Amino acid sequence: MDRRKSIKALIMGTVSTGVLVEACKHADTKIEAVEPAPGTNYDRTPEELAKYKQLMASTFFTADELATITLLADIIIPKDDVSGSASEAGVPAFIEFIVKDMPDHQTPMRGGLRWVDLQCLGRFGKPFKDCSSPQQMELVDLIAWPDRAKGKPDLAQGVAFFNRLRSLTATGFYTTQMGVKDLGYMGNQPNQWNGVPDDVLKQHGIAYTEKELKECVSFDKA
Amino acid sequence: MGDLNIKKQPKQYDVVIVGSGAGGGMAAYILSKAGLSICLVEAGPLYDPAKNITQLKGAWESPRRGASTKLRPFGDFDASYGGWELEGEPYTTEKGTDWDWFRSRMLGGRTNHWGRISLRFGPKDFKRKSIDGLGDNWPIGYEDIKPFYDRVDKMIGVFGTNEGLENDPDGFFLPPPKPRLHELLIKNGATRAGVRVIPSRLSILTKALPDNKDRKACFFCSQCNRGCMVYGDFSASSVLIKPAIATGKTDVIANAMAREVLTNKEGLATGVSYISKDDLQEYQVQGKVVIVAAGACESARLLLNSKSPRHPNGLANDSDVVGRYLHDSTGASVSGYIPNLFGRKRYNEDGVGGMHVYSPWWLDNKKLDFPRGYHIEYGGGMHMPGYGFGSGIEKMNGKYAVNGKKKEAGGYGASLKEDYRYFWGANVGMAGRGEGIAFRENTCLIDPNTVDKYGIPVLKFNVKWSDYEIKQAKHMKETFKEIMYNMGAVITSGGDDDEKNNWGLETPGRIIHEAGTVRMGDDPNHSALNKWSQAHDCKNLFVVDGGQFVSQADKNITWTILALSMRASEYLIDQMKKNNI
Repeated sequence: MDRRKSIKALIMGTVSTGVLVEACKHADTKIEAVEPAPGTNYDRTPEELAKYKQLMASTFFTADELATITLLADIIIPKDDVSGSASEAGVPAFIEFIVKDMPDHQTPMRGGLRWVDLQCLGRFGKPFKDCSSPQQMELVDLIAWPDRAKGKPDLAQGVAFFNRLRSLTATGFYTTQMGVKDLGYMGNQPNQWNGVPDDVLKQHGIAYTEKELKECVSFDKA
Repeated sequence: MGDLNIKKQPKQYDVVIVGSGAGGGMAAYILSKAGLSICLVEAGPLYDPAKNITQLKGAWESPRRGASTKLRPFGDFDASYGGWELEGEPYTTEKGTDWDWFRSRMLGGRTNHWGRISLRFGPKDFKRKSIDGLGDNWPIGYEDIKPFYDRVDKMIGVFGTNEGLENDPDGFFLPPPKPRLHELLIKNGATRAGVRVIPSRLSILTKALPDNKDRKACFFCSQCNRGCMVYGDFSASSVLIKPAIATGKTDVIANAMAREVLTNKEGLATGVSYISKDDLQEYQVQGKVVIVAAGACESARLLLNSKSPRHPNGLANDSDVVGRYLHDSTGASVSGYIPNLFGRKRYNEDGVGGMHVYSPWWLDNKKLDFPRGYHIEYGGGMHMPGYGFGSGIEKMNGKYAVNGKKKEAGGYGASLKEDYRYFWGANVGMAGRGEGIAFRENTCLIDPNTVDKYGIPVLKFNVKWSDYEIKQAKHMKETFKEIMYNMGAVITSGGDDDEKNNWGLETPGRIIHEAGTVRMGDDPNHSALNKWSQAHDCKNLFVVDGGQFVSQADKNITWTILALSMRASEYLIDQMKKNNI
């Protein structure tokens, strides 16, 4: 467990020794690419726990559908210099959960996947997941650029599906520890808010007024 | 049902309180500290933000990444148990009208997830009829409640600044946090539109309170709506009821849905009957005094359902005002983003749970075509990503050059990842919260045909906005557009409203500031309570929630509920000492 986390635990006064030992053990191993199974480690009512169990006990996507989602999600969010890929961050599992939790996604997702497969069957004689990588990219390029697809009504449903999948993939990725780190979100931890950093104020050509500096809470910059 | 009977709790209490939010919590606190025995009846389960923790959980710890559900309408980590719809507890609306009713069922009620916006009413807010001829004046003035506001400030803690404004009174403030970057930009844009921007006033401890060892200072995680495990903000559960229980004088009966306030032949209150949600048995608890604080609408429902030969129209309702004069704050908003913040430098911007600056009402309604004002709340910045993050990027990434490079909308891959990083943290939004007029015709009365799963008759709402509120919403939109324009922001939502949708005015009830249903007044023919929150027609019955409000100003009502409840509780102690009750 790193020092900052230990301090956090001490400030909170809520962490038992057992948890501290456990947390320190984990700190030695690198954070796993796939996030730990969430769902029940925060305050839940009995109704929420029951709902969670019910959702987890059911499966929506078939193995083939999930394989296609995984391929597409990794095209949308591949590994780059900053962070890993969608599948490394567990995005397919998130999408499987969220369509069960928000049933409005179910038909557009299932139908959209089928639309993609039928396009591939027609063009390449195989469903998307069995196509070669260049074939897959050819199909993706037809539906990933809304402006290019304008005036092509036969692609409109594919574009709508890809927009939805892009949104779900982005949400699924940037809400993981990997994604949050990629974005550079630095909060969700005990802090002392001391105002906008000086260089940022300067960059935007603004400054705190004397009144603000005098009346607002400030902390020693350690 | 063969063995259904009514179990009487053996203990006779000094005071039975229904509801544990701001009003009930303050009453339990003051009365138990004074040595009275209290029974607090709460319709939901126990809750303690130090034990029932969602704070400091990362988005990834929620399988839905913090998205809202029917059980958590304000997100998966929000502190509230309850929502807009409760299973088996319906309410109805008159044809052609809408009402949204948010019910928290838990110890501390809606104070667990609220915005902590803690505004005093000003001198004008108690005497609006004298100013514009609409509604009614309160039976009290600012000078009557000021000492109680002062004590609430010091006891509970609120940050802000003394600005010397006529109708936004000074108080005893902790230092406010410095404005965030987007708030400085808003301040510039608003000031140029003639709108004053000052530090917000939130009940969050930017410094520890000097005489309180149970609560620690805020550590700036921005998550007040999740409840605070160090009690660094105000919720009735942690700040009022916990100390009330610690006196040894307060018993809490949780999961107890009040059915009726019981009265004797003389028409005086003798206690409360309730159904336990745990065993579905019927109970009665006896008290020398009953205080109702179930929330404006639920309190009206309870009183209207408490009929007896002496009170055939419902308790405290000889005047027939209970359930009438219902009014919520108005609300309208716009949101968008600030292109100047694209690609911004990263730092921890969480701050306190809510805005660091706001705009109190700045104009004179005599010069406008609507009678009452509004304040403006602001949002934006670098928040923890949650469900919905990145949605619809195809509407943005073709419009703006990313790191100097013009791109095609949509796309995928490493280039798309660059776009998400580039646009993050540039969001901005603003919302008006205004005063509506309390009309007698806007009601929540008992639906003659409908009961909930406990057999308790439910409320039927009949509320409509008037032209006054609609014109106010129009003014909000015009103001917001000007501020957004001045700061170089682009509006993506709320900018297209017009007269066809009442300028985006929210459905009544949506702002969750409902008030007025058990109003106070000097004339027993036109009010349910006297100026001490005491029923005109039942001297040992008090109502200490938003129900007692005559009008609700353009100020969030919690701070006034707390001050009025403190005032009523001390009046009650005095009256009991004098054997008047």
